[in-house]
Order: sequence, then C-alpha cells, then structure tokens
Amino acid sequence: MTNLFGQLINLFAALLLLIAFAMLSQRRVLSLINLFAFQGLVLSVSTAIVAWSSSQHHLYYSAALTLLLKVLVLPWILHRLIRRLNVKWDVETMFNIPTTMLVGIALVVFAFNLAAPISQMAGTITKGTLGIAMASVLLSFLMMITRSKAVPQVIGFLAMENGLFFAATSATYGMPMVVELGIALDVLVGMFILGIFFFQIRETFDSLDLKHMEKLKEE
Amino acid sequence: MEILWTLAIPLTGGLLLALFGARAFAAELNAAMSLGTFLAAAALTVRVITDGPITALNEQFFVDSFNVFLVALTALVGLTTSLFSRPYMRIEQHHGKLSVNMLRLYHSMYQLFTFTMLLALLTNNLGIMWVAMEAATLTTVLLVSLYRTPASLEAAWKYFILCGVGIAQALFGTILVYFAAEKLLGAGGNALLWTHLDSVKAHLEPTVLSLAFVFLLVGYGTKVGLAPLHNWLPDAHAEGPTPVSAVLSGLLLNVALYAVMRSKVLVDGALGSHFAGDLMMGFGLLSVVMAAFFLSRQKDVKRMFAYSSIEHMGLMTFAFGMGGPVATFAGMLHMTVHSLTKSAIFFAVGHATQKAGTQLMDNIRGLIETSPTIGWGLAIGSLAILGMPPFGVFASEFMIITTAMHTYPWTTPFLLAALGVAFAAIFGRVQTMVFGETAGQRLPHPPALVPVFVHLGLVLMLGLYIPPYLADWYRQAAALIG
Repeated sequence: MTNLFGQLINLFAALLLLIAFAMLSQRRVLSLINLFAFQGLVLSVSTAIVAWSSSQHHLYYSAALTLLLKVLVLPWILHRLIRRLNVKWDVETMFNIPTTMLVGIALVVFAFNLAAPISQMAGTITKGTLGIAMASVLLSFLMMITRSKAVPQVIGFLAMENGLFFAATSATYGMPMVVELGIALDVLVGMFILGIFFFQIRETFDSLDLKHMEKLKEE
Repeated sequence: MEILWTLAIPLTGGLLLALFGARAFAAELNAAMSLGTFLAAAALTVRVITDGPITALNEQFFVDSFNVFLVALTALVGLTTSLFSRPYMRIEQHHGKLSVNMLRLYHSMYQLFTFTMLLALLTNNLGIMWVAMEAATLTTVLLVSLYRTPASLEAAWKYFILCGVGIAQALFGTILVYFAAEKLLGAGGNALLWTHLDSVKAHLEPTVLSLAFVFLLVGYGTKVGLAPLHNWLPDAHAEGPTPVSAVLSGLLLNVALYAVMRSKVLVDGALGSHFAGDLMMGFGLLSVVMAAFFLSRQKDVKRMFAYSSIEHMGLMTFAFGMGGPVATFAGMLHMTVHSLTKSAIFFAVGHATQKAGTQLMDNIRGLIETSPTIGWGLAIGSLAILGMPPFGVFASEFMIITTAMHTYPWTTPFLLAALGVAFAAIFGRVQTMVFGETAGQRLPHPPALVPVFVHLGLVLMLGLYIPPYLADWYRQAAALIG
C-alpha cells in the first residue's frame, strides 16, 4: 500500500515538473493562468495523498488551503485582471524557446544534485521528490527572467511559491500551520497589491510591457 | 504584556488611519500612534534590562538584549520619522504632488510597516519572521510608487519582484532549518521556535544547516541590500517619499540583517566552523567596495545616500561576519549610529530637495545661505556618516577596522580604500550643495528639523561617551550572538 502511495506521489511530482516546463514555453497569458491553476490542483491532490498515507492530519488543511487559494481564488483574480486590463488574448513574443528549455533541463540536473544529500536524510515517504520541488522553484525563477510582461512575471512568482510549498511537504510534511497561514495571507495580499499595481503601470505606460521600465540604470 | 502593546499600537494605528487617514488630523494621529509605540517599546526595554530575556504567549515571542535594542531603535526612529513626515508631507501636498487618498494610504501603510518590522523582531518563530519580512515589503511597495511617476512605478516593481524572489530563497532556507529541527524537536509549531532551536543547535544536521544558511543569507541579504543583490535599493530609496527612504534605510535594512544574524547563531552552533562568518565577510566586503565606487557616479542626492547605506550595511555584515566580542559590539553600535545618522540625513535631504524642486545635486546650491538649519543638518550629518570624529560612526568604524587589521589583515586595504573613495565622493558633493550661490524657494510650511538634530546629537553622544548601561547591553548582546 505504501508503495502505491509512493508511486502516486512520484507521479504527481513528475506532473508538477511537466507543468513547470509547459509554463516556461507557454506564450499565451490565458493558457498560462490555466496552467497555474492546474499546478495548484496537482499540488493540492498530492498534499492530500501525503496526508492520507502518512496520517498527518494537518496536511488536509494545507491541501484545502491550497485548493482554495491557488486553484480558485488566485486564478479567479488573475482572470478578472486580464479581462479588465484587456490583455486576455495577449501572446508574448519570446524567442529561443528551445534554448530556454535546454537551460531548464540543466537547472533540473543541478537541482537534483543539490537535493540528493538532503533527500537521503529525509524520513518522509516523499523524500525522492525534493529534487523536483527545487527544480520547479528554479524553473519558475527562469520563467520570471525570460518574461518581459508584467502578468507572466507574476505568474512565475506565484509558481515559485508553489514549488516552495511542494518542497515543504516533500521534505517535512509541511510547515507548522500558523506559518502556512501567514504565507497564504502574504501571497493573497501580494496579489491584491499587484492587481492595483497593474492598473497603475497601465495608466502610466499605456501597456503592461516591462520594456518601458528600463530607465533606472547605472550608466 | 509590553510586547503586546508594542505590536498592538501600530497595528491599531494602521487600521485607524486606513479609516481616518484622509482627515486633517491624520498626520498628528500618525505621530501619536508612533509615540505610543515608542513608549511601549521603552517600557519593554526597561523590563528586559532589569529582568533579562523574556518569552511570552506560549513562547511565541522572545526578547533578549539583542533584539530589544533593535526594537527600541525601530520605535525611536519610527517616532522621529513620523514627526518629520508631518510637515514634509504637508509641503508635498502643497506642491500638488499628493492627493488626499494617497496621504491616507501613506499614513496607514506607515503604521503597518512599523508593525511588520516590530513583529519580525519580536517573534520567536522563524516562520513568522519570514512572514513579517515579506509583509514589510508588501506594505512599502505601494509607498515607493506613491507619486505614480514612471520612475517610481519602475522602482516599486523592481523592489517587489527582486525582494519577492530574494525572500522566496529565505523561505526555502527556513524550510530546510525546519527539516533539520523536526528530527530533534518533533513536528509542529515548536520546531521553528528560535529558543528551542538554540538549545539544540549543536545537534542540528550540519550539511542541511549550511545549505539553509546559504539560502537564508541570499534571501534576507537581498533585503539588507548586499551586493550583488542590491539593485532594488537605490531605486526604491530615490523614488519613494523621503520619510519612506528614511525608514527603509534606517530600519528595514537593520531588521533584515537581524534575521541573518539569528540564523547565523544556529548555523555556527551546528557547524562549529567559521563558514557562516566567512560568507558574511565576503558579501560584506564586496558591498562596501562596490557601493563606494558607485557612490562617486551618482547625480541624484537620494541615490547617493542610498549607495552609502549599502556601504554601511556591508560594513556591519562584515563586522558580524568576523565575529568575536569587539567586532560584534562594533557591528551593533554601527547599526545604531547608522540608523540615526542616515535617517537624519534623509530628513535634511528631503527638505533640501523640496526647496530646490529637484533631487539632482547639480541644481541644489547654497543651502546654508537660505536655510541654515537644513544646510548645517546636511553638512553635519554627512560628516558624521563619513566617519569623522567625534561622531559615533567613527568609534564603530575604528573598532571594525582595527579588529580587521588584527584578524584579517588582507581586508584592511580594501576597507580603507572604499571608505576613502566614499569620503571623497560624498564630501565633494555635499560641499557644493551646502555652500555657494543659492537658488532655492521658500518652503510653504516650516520644515521639521528637530528630529535631525536630536538624531545627530545622539550620534555625537555615542561617539564621545557610551553610557555604561548601554555598553553593558551591547556586550550582553555580543555574547549572545558572538
């Protein structure tokens, strides 16, 4: 039985990594938000499986919180935002997607190497997945670097938070509840502030393209 | 009890000012709330000095001599900045730069920002400390973009994204600490309590802790403004309203460094080596040198002093990295005098830029002639920050450099060269701003200069004479964080 759960968790971890790569190469804002919601769903389900298999009851609350925040609330806010900002059908021109993917693969190898000594120490059922968690953090980071528009950058930021959350469940069965609630609050407040911010940027620059925001530099 | 008051007053203040921040008395209410916070913090300080370290609320809060001095400093500078911001923001409003709603946002966020910093300092839980640090970014990001100019929006975006990404690294570090602690302390809330971690630090898994420290240093180091992670800092300081620059520079950077230091104690205990110290020395030295050379190329006065903050934070990180009673003592003294001096400079600079109508140093001239107090405030403040005797900055820099000469002689030329370059850059610039022909307008509202001279007076006192109880207090703290 434990073996089956282990397999399932590995399956979901692999899905998470796959979604991270999909986000890296996705050019359409709308699809990006859907991918983010899907990532949240995978995260929530895998957390619930960990909770069931290890009978760590507080993880059910984490799974529910993830479902609520990352599958329902945040994607809903993002959908509303892109509709109000009229960027729903935006397609970003990114060049060199293959190169980005190759860099991504190198990052995954790096993450697995970095995580190997720690996963050996972990006593959790999910210890093999720590490398994947780190890889998805690094991939989201890469996504933020390669994007030049505000909304995809923010989705990269939120995806990074997903990776961190996955790291917490895979290494330690989740952080203490009070900390998790605090983090969720920060993410939610951050999202509202970013929402306000998008409108301010659009009002001032007439676009959400961050290329206009490269004035402040040391010459 | 005092802990609760210290946290409850700014939190209530934030909520009250969200409601009444648009009224005429908002600035006074803001100052009154800050005064309340200061009184509560003073009561807390007295209690900790007489009774020793205390914990409260099931050990969720913890105060010892290390964080209580930062709590007192934060509350003091929070109070003086609120006094400065009252006339400053009135003048800004008079100049048509701010609407009433912006003022409401400003006042409410100012109090909430104070709250998040105090929470980060007082909490015993490393996870909550992270949450509070992130919240401190969130409360200030809209303040940096308060004027809604293209440059301020860019600065705020950069601040949000860079600090957000940085602090995400710190969260990963915190997860790793929890992972190591959980084995010894069991799962649940207690495994992240600093006091519990401190008692078992010798048994924490060294490999995990060293990796965790790298992430924590990079994460919180981004907020400290350590090179090469400092890119957000000059922009955020230059584009936000001046009271915000003052509290960012004088307080937030300290709180972030405090988070690094709390982690260092654990890592030192687990590793028994100088690994964490070496990393901090490296980052610190790089920041000092890099900032000094960028300083000389600045045209904007607030940007210049922002780079000076990077330099001084680098110096403190270097001092704490060296460790030992003298260097740690000097690091804490430097934290105190830098906060006081830098916020005083920002107060003077704020009024100077209002008079000149620009932040470009080429266009700020002859301050002493039209408004001697602003001019002298800026001149004396700059001399103090440049480490001239008899100011306190001289004392702490002297201790840091002599310790460096004894223990790490190879670092001395870098430090001295950087301080020399910084001196030449700032001194030359400030001289032309303070003396010479004048071209300023009168301010529509009398400026607030009492805070400037109160701060500089304290810095002067700390240079000439450190009261024995204060020295004792620093020594105790130095022994704690070694």
